[in-house]
Amino acid sequence: MSLDLDVWEIVIGLEVHTELLTRTKLFSGAVNRFGGEPNTHIDPMTLGLPGALPVLNEHAVELAIRVGLALNCTVQRSVFARKNYFYPDQPKNYQISQYELPINADGWLELPSGKRVGIERAHLEEDTGKSTHVGGGGRIHDARYSLVDLNRAGVPLLEIVGRPDLRTADEAKAYVSELRSILVAVGASDGKMEEGSLRVDCNVSVRHRGDSDFGTRCEIKNINSLRAMGRAIDYEAARQADLISSGEAVVQQTRHWNDTEGRTTLLRSKEDADDYRYFPDPDLVEIDPGPEWIERVRAALPMLPSARRHRLAERTGAELERTALVVERGLDELCLTAVDAGADPERVLTHAEHNLADERAAGLDPEAFAQLVAMETDGRLTATQTKAVLAEMVDTGDGPDAIAARHGYEAMDSGSLEPIVDGLIEANPAEWERFCDGDAKVAGFFVGQVMKATQGKADGKAVTALLNARRG
Amino acid sequence: MRTAVDIAAGVRAGELSALEVLDEHLERVVLREAEIHAFNHLTEEAARAAATGLDRRVAAGEDPGPLAGVPVALKDNLCTEGVPTTCSSRILEGWIPPYTATVVERLVAAGAVPVGKTNLDEFAMGSSTENSAFGPTRNPHDVTRVPGGSSGGSAAAVAAGFAPVSLGSDTGGSIRQPAALCGVVGVKPTYGTVSRLGLVAFGSSLDQIGPFSATVADAALVLEVIGGHDPGDSTSLPGSFPSVSEHLDDGVSGLRVGIVTEMMGDGIAADVTARVRAAADALAAAGATVEEVSVRAVTYGLSAYYLVAPAEASSNLARYDGVRYGVRVEAATAGEMMEATRTAGFGDEVKRRIMLGTYALSAGYYDAFYGKALKVRTLIRRDFDAAYERFDVLLSPTSPTTAFPFGDKTADPMAMYLNDVCTIPTNLAGHPAMSVPFGVGDDGLPVGVQVLAPALGEVVMFRTAAVLEGSVR
Amino acid sequence: MESRITTDDVAKVARLARLRLTDDELDRFTHQLSDILDHAADIEALELDDVEPMARPVPLSNVLRSDEPNDPLDRDAVLAAAPSTEDGQFRVSPVLGEAP
Repeated sequence: MSLDLDVWEIVIGLEVHTELLTRTKLFSGAVNRFGGEPNTHIDPMTLGLPGALPVLNEHAVELAIRVGLALNCTVQRSVFARKNYFYPDQPKNYQISQYELPINADGWLELPSGKRVGIERAHLEEDTGKSTHVGGGGRIHDARYSLVDLNRAGVPLLEIVGRPDLRTADEAKAYVSELRSILVAVGASDGKMEEGSLRVDCNVSVRHRGDSDFGTRCEIKNINSLRAMGRAIDYEAARQADLISSGEAVVQQTRHWNDTEGRTTLLRSKEDADDYRYFPDPDLVEIDPGPEWIERVRAALPMLPSARRHRLAERTGAELERTALVVERGLDELCLTAVDAGADPERVLTHAEHNLADERAAGLDPEAFAQLVAMETDGRLTATQTKAVLAEMVDTGDGPDAIAARHGYEAMDSGSLEPIVDGLIEANPAEWERFCDGDAKVAGFFVGQVMKATQGKADGKAVTALLNARRG
Repeated sequence: MRTAVDIAAGVRAGELSALEVLDEHLERVVLREAEIHAFNHLTEEAARAAATGLDRRVAAGEDPGPLAGVPVALKDNLCTEGVPTTCSSRILEGWIPPYTATVVERLVAAGAVPVGKTNLDEFAMGSSTENSAFGPTRNPHDVTRVPGGSSGGSAAAVAAGFAPVSLGSDTGGSIRQPAALCGVVGVKPTYGTVSRLGLVAFGSSLDQIGPFSATVADAALVLEVIGGHDPGDSTSLPGSFPSVSEHLDDGVSGLRVGIVTEMMGDGIAADVTARVRAAADALAAAGATVEEVSVRAVTYGLSAYYLVAPAEASSNLARYDGVRYGVRVEAATAGEMMEATRTAGFGDEVKRRIMLGTYALSAGYYDAFYGKALKVRTLIRRDFDAAYERFDVLLSPTSPTTAFPFGDKTADPMAMYLNDVCTIPTNLAGHPAMSVPFGVGDDGLPVGVQVLAPALGEVVMFRTAAVLEGSVR
Repeated sequence: MESRITTDDVAKVARLARLRLTDDELDRFTHQLSDILDHAADIEALELDDVEPMARPVPLSNVLRSDEPNDPLDRDAVLAAAPSTEDGQFRVSPVLGEAP
């Protein structure tokens, strides 16, 4: 299914749950650690034992405030409430969450494109345990029985509810990437979607382009990767548009994304939604961080991705969108220091984008990097040689001079290239004829042969210029 | 019978053997427990071992603490590691907690000797102990009558001399009302002064643990041990419990005492109100000034309570689902298993309150019921506070009647709930109150007078109680 | 007088609370709950718009614990006390439907 985006507009709002990087659970001292033998991270609170009481983890609150400030939210007085529903991996059969008064409200996040996406709230709550469905191929409806592990129960979660400001699957992906970068930057989350420490539910609706009212939305669950999210959004939007086109109505419901089958299926309709009977949890008192605490957290926040993108764009003169990848790789500091040391900003960015995907790249000595770029722009190294030297710098930590010398790199002048090029034209008459007939691809063949003959020392651009000169 | 104060003093001085003290009490258990049924579970062996250990420590020159050698009975909704804790419910039958309630840890650390777990109305819901899944407790003063509830077992244990002191929990009167009906002292302290960690929750914003004892001084001694801040309970107030014992002899001269008008009229037996007036006279004779005072909002207490407590209970009792501990009734799906387990495991009163609370919290009714009830709490607190601007303590009956016969009120829940009309308002306000025995009614059965005080007003409350106790001796 | 709560209401509430009622129980509980709610009518009629609700009696805020681990419970003992276990986990009949 695909959607005619000239006719339809997709409206997407995301709810992201992130597990917070604390040592212990939200309301007890049982450890918060992924994996482990089942039911080893347990204490009376985690098990929901009679008489157990919750005491709030200060660090979880601190992390929640960090995220709230990073998302430009108002950090406010908040209250924990109980959300009541029965489920075997919910040990108390209620979840302690925040309902009327979340700790963070009304913020926004800036995408690399510069677009701002509204954040309705980001509140604290506890995670559930994990159920494994045994038999029936692991499918919930065919299972013979289920097993419950409570290691995850009570792990602190921050639920970040975005406003329905996103309009394409790509924008939704950019939002989640950006959010993940922010969460990692402030130390709130490890951002691992595959381990479930970042979980996304999508609210999707469609409307005719130009309409001002939102359509009826469906919520999609079980999204385990950015790619799956993109596919699920596109599938669901098309499904809804088809319904509307054929005169049917979209029914508000929760749907399950099946990544193997590439479609969403009905989980439950909102009509039979549970009545959660929220009420303030009498076992807990309100949190009111107050200006002092909030300002202390604000002062300790690192520079956030969007600010880093703006800084990089300003100081290199690049387009804002081009800075996203470099910042995401954490290479912006390296680039800025290299530029300060006199390196050409354009070459610096190009290398950061194309030649520094290696995780160790952020550890490069900026001075050495600047020196290498200078060698390239001075014509002492060809582009190919520069790339090779850069890779070796990342690998060994050696300086560019030493590496270039070790390989005997020096750009050849066109005078010493001429005999080599002429010899190749003579030896490959058929290819030369095709080149003269205008087959530009054959140029690559000749350049490659020259590189081979010169062990990469030739400047590719000079070879192309010489070929063109010979063709006349 | 010996008081806790005397036992602790004797044992600490090496003049009394903790083991002998224990045996005196266990002998009375042997004689009358079959008739009274105060206990769900006796821990004689562990108690003997503990008492022997205490005697050895004293002999070695150690001081085991302010409750050295004092036998204590514990309501069976206090978690005790290694000892069954059932809440008198089928659903927790056989459950043995892997941890111990803070109050019990503190008692034991102070040298007390737990002798067993006492019977209660299932999950502390009731006023007669008739709602126990394991059969009712009988009133030691008249075994054809109820001991009150929900802490009926703890009240009866002290009244029968099975232990000099015991612990109960009070959500709407569950310590004070049975104390009154059994003729012993019972205290509900200020909310937040005694840790709830390890108390099986009923109405979390109302529940407080407190002592039963034969004397006012014993209750003070126990409270000073179990009270004070606990970092394991988020609603625990900072600081230590006010030092009450040292003020017991301060008297009431110059104190202003108010008799709560709303608790002296309709629905309260005349012989009971007569005892309250006699108590007021005794206080006046001791130098207090006594007046009647109206606390209007307390008339809404029962309605607010029967929305707030069941609402919290409906959520607190959701965890009993047969998945992780306790009893399970198997069924084809997990959802059906939970339903079958809960249907078989809970008694009628518990079901009634769970359903009432679920209703009060459900969509469309929250504002009219639960939300309104929380506002009524504010009104009650406000009216009490206004009264406490003019009075140091207030006085009322604890229970509208003396102990009633078994079966009298079981068919009509509302009639049973009216037992708590005088005790409920203090729970809603979070204030302290205690019941002090003050003579008998026309039927010769004990009457309790309730002394109410503002938040953290335990010292003045105990001073008043001590004068009342002295005047009936 | 019209009942304040219907058998349908009680049936719905029982479902929410995971309790099963026989027809007799449904009738009896409906009567009893109706009586209790009748009594609560006195506060239903109160005008309390300006009154703050009191969810808990203690005037505390920011009660926090440091992020330090405690000793875990003994897993074997916990599992031994459970009605049914397998591979270190709590075993239950199949769960129909996912968590909300």
